[in-house]
Amino acid sequence: MKLLTHNMLSCHIKGVQNGFPFKIDPVKVQEVDADYDPDFLRHIFPRLEWKALCEAAATMGAPGLPEEVTEEMLQDDEFLRSFHHALLELVLEEGALICPETGRQFPVHKGVPNLLLNEDEN
Amino acid sequence: MLRDHIADVRLTHADRDVYEPSDDSFVLVDALVAAAESWRKVPPRICVEVGSGSGYISCSIALLLQQLGIAAHCISTDINPAAVSATACTLQAHNVLGKVDLIRSDLLQGLRARLHRAVDLLVFNPPYVPTPDEEVLRSGIAQAWAGGNRGRIVIDKFLPVVGDLLSAQGHFFLVTVAENDPEEIMSIMQQHGLSGSIVLSRRADEELLSIICFKRETVTD
Repeated sequence: MKLLTHNMLSCHIKGVQNGFPFKIDPVKVQEVDADYDPDFLRHIFPRLEWKALCEAAATMGAPGLPEEVTEEMLQDDEFLRSFHHALLELVLEEGALICPETGRQFPVHKGVPNLLLNEDEN
Repeated sequence: MLRDHIADVRLTHADRDVYEPSDDSFVLVDALVAAAESWRKVPPRICVEVGSGSGYISCSIALLLQQLGIAAHCISTDINPAAVSATACTLQAHNVLGKVDLIRSDLLQGLRARLHRAVDLLVFNPPYVPTPDEEVLRSGIAQAWAGGNRGRIVIDKFLPVVGDLLSAQGHFFLVTVAENDPEEIMSIMQQHGLSGSIVLSRRADEELLSIICFKRETVTD
């Protein structure tokens, strides 16, 4: 699971109000190569919760994304490459996603989070 | 030819717990290949398949996007762990495993809140076969086809979610058979602000398969 997907997930247990973002317990993180496409990054940026991406990247071993992003930065190759790396090149292979409100852990195995709920959570 | 850039059935993984590519899958992929011509102009950036099964369809989408040089984020879900594994194997066999993130989930649980009006391409080949209602709840491969009364139990559960997910340019492809009453499905979706049209129909054995494509109704006032 890439951090772009992490940014699109939230805890859906019935009654949970603040289920975003999942905390990450990284047991195994893999670095992969993804095609760099500035247009894609600029398209996806407005859909992201930036702070959640920064924190997730730091947890996964890639700290240093700036807290604020300006229009100029979205034209800056150096920034875009670090954004690209955090968003698409860090893969959570093994570990867990943890609901920020309830602490419920959703296991991640072989890169796949299991978001199925128990009957009493629906 | 875009037609040459879809998943190879011989490289598609399916064991006895996973629905293997069949006529319904082929019709859906044919409809997607036809649609992909328009992706050159309006590239889909966020693509989601619900219930990926063998991975044949998700893999075909990833290959079409790759062929067109479109950078997109693809997510595929399935409730059945054997299907999630099969999808991973199929993607791996086509060298596109890194292009699709997989999630084990019931429909789009966990994704709905954050995908609000974000999905450019949404694809669902639902369990559409009419069966007794209780068969819908069986685990394993039955979940891939058992659709309950008129084959509509899972389809009807999913339809109300779609309007919230599709982006302004988004398209939703749904596989149906005649027993599902595609016309009625389209009229339900109209109430959610989505207009549908049948983009491809084919008779296969006992089934009359139709692919419905939905998009946001353009507001004209």
